[in-house]
Formats: sequence, C-alpha cells, structure tokens
Amino acid sequence: MKVLLFLSDAMIPLLIFSIVGYGIMQKQKVYDDFIEGAKDGFRTVIDIMSTLIGLMVAVGVLRASGFLEFVSGGLAVVTEKVGFPAELLPVSVVKMFSSSAATGLLLDIYKQYGTDSFLGLSASLILSSTETIFYTMSIYFMTAKVTKTRYTLAGALLATAGGMAVSILLAGMM
Amino acid sequence: MNYLWGGMILIGIVFAGFNGTLPAVTEAALDSAKEAVTLCITMMGVMSFWVGIMKIAEKAGIIDGAAKKMAPCLSFLFPEVPKSHPANRYIATNMIANIFGLGWAATPAGLKAMEELGKLNIERNGPRNAHIATREMCTFLIINISSLQLIPVNIIAYRGQYGSVNPSVIIGPAILATCVSTLIAVVFCKIMYCGRRSVR
Repeated sequence: MKVLLFLSDAMIPLLIFSIVGYGIMQKQKVYDDFIEGAKDGFRTVIDIMSTLIGLMVAVGVLRASGFLEFVSGGLAVVTEKVGFPAELLPVSVVKMFSSSAATGLLLDIYKQYGTDSFLGLSASLILSSTETIFYTMSIYFMTAKVTKTRYTLAGALLATAGGMAVSILLAGMM
Repeated sequence: MNYLWGGMILIGIVFAGFNGTLPAVTEAALDSAKEAVTLCITMMGVMSFWVGIMKIAEKAGIIDGAAKKMAPCLSFLFPEVPKSHPANRYIATNMIANIFGLGWAATPAGLKAMEELGKLNIERNGPRNAHIATREMCTFLIINISSLQLIPVNIIAYRGQYGSVNPSVIIGPAILATCVSTLIAVVFCKIMYCGRRSVR
C-alpha cells in the first residue's frame, strides 16, 4: 500500500517532468504545443458542459425524490451477501453504458458520503479502472460491420468485475 | 441515452409525487444545473493543462515511440496478425493513447484497427463470414474495455472540486486495479484463443 501511495504522490510531477524534459531535448516548441493542446482541452470541456448539466440535473432529481435510496435499499439485501456496497451499484452499472451519466452519480456519492470516505474512494477507483462496455462494443463492432460478437461481452464483464473487486478491496485498505 | 436520461427525469418526478418530495426536486434541479457549470469551470483549468502537457508528449514523438516498442507485446496477444500488417500500428497507437488517457486519440486509432482486422477477417474467412468477430477482434476489444488508463485525471479533478484532502491519492491504487482487470482480460483472451483453435 505504501508504494502505491508514493506512486500517487509522485506520478503526476514525474510524468510532467519527463514529458517537458523530453520535449525540450527533442528541440520541440514545448510552449506552443502546450498552448495548442490546452485549446483542445478547453473545447472538450465546453463540449461536455451541456451533457453534464443535463445529467447532473437528472441525478439531482432522482436523489431529491428519494428514488436512489429506495433502489439502494432494495438492492442492499442482495448485494450485501457478496460484500458489494449497495450505494455503489447504480454508479457501477451506469458506467457500463455511459461515462458522463456515471460521472453524475459519482459526484452525488461525493456529496452524500465525502470524497475521502470508503464509498467515495471506491467509486473513484471503480470509475478509474473500468470502461463503458456497451458503448465501446457498439461503436467498435459497428465500424467492423460485425454482428456476432462471440465471447467479447463475457470477457469484458469479467475484466470489469475484477477491476471493481480490486477497487473495493483497495479502498478498504486506504 | 435518450431513454436513460428521460427515464431518470420522469421516474424522479413521479416518485417524488408519491413521496411528497416535489419541492426538494425543484430545488435539486436548479442547484444541480448551477453546480454543473461551477464544476465545468474547474474542469476547464485542469483539462486544458493536462491536454496541453499531453500535446507536448504527442509532438515530441513519445506516443509514436512507445507504440513502436509495443511490437513484441502485440505479437504475443495477436499471434495470427502478420507483423507488417497496418492493424498492428493502429492497435498499438490505441493502447498507448488509452494508457496516457488520450481518449480523443485512442478512439480513431481503435476504429481504424477494427477496420483493418475486418479486412483480415474477409481475407481469411471470406466475405460471407465478415459479420462474425474474429478472435483478434475479441481480444482487442476486451483489453480495450478492461481499461488501460494510467492517470484518471478527470476523477482527480472531480475529487479536488468536492473537497478531497488529497485528490491524487487514488492514482496508485487505480493503476493496480487497472492492471488486475487488464491481466484478467489477457488471461481470459488467451484461454479462449487456445480453447477454440478450430474456430477462427
């Protein structure tokens, strides 16, 4: 765990140092490149802004109505048997379909339980270590004009389940 | 997506009607909208900075260089794709871009890779079987979905915005969780690969 936490602290500074250092060694115009990229990043956020507003409102409505608690309460009976916190179920399931909708639910968990709580950490790790299975499969296979996907879904679900299990385990140790 | 979003709104309001929480819903809708904008302002700073740094990496040839070094790894994962086939380059670029969290660079390369794998499929199994995924396609997608991202910079930004004492504390554990899920994906693909040698 100590190594992992050191990695957390050092990773970003180290990465930035090596990238900028390497860029200078390659005689790149690092500042110009940075500005160009920053513009792209800015545009990306503008693009997702309306989506985020839409989804955060939807999650806010669901939360305020009491529906989320109702669902988690019902699911708790089942999920507690395998040691999976019921509060994490909506965000984990939604993440398989849509990254932005999952973000809305993640932020809801942060607000309800705190970012550094067990649930906040677990949700952060789950969203970091899983992908939007159904979305990715549909666009990739559509491009290749494939309709029979064979064992792709089984493998993807297995890998995702593994990532989630480790996330919850590690969050418990933090 | 339309049904998901519409469903969330409708269920929320109907449920609130029965639950007597309609005033709370009104307040939540307005507050959430405002909050989304505040969040985006923070995100703009973080994302612009991060994408800028990644642009330097891209321009300096770090991404291409890393993709070239992937060759032995690729021939292990996709033994039946010829070494000089263009699919290799696209797969490598896609994986490296995912590792660095460059979603916008990963997807186009990934789609190109699928196209190339599709061509290989037709070459080998004829146009009539083109709708059946090859083992390479399954392997590529499962590994892609297992998530390869090294630094979840958006999650870190969200954590910062919502008052985390140490937003980046998740990086190390996230890398481990990602490695485990990718490892499971590789093992699973290898088992399926060998188990069904008769079926291409």
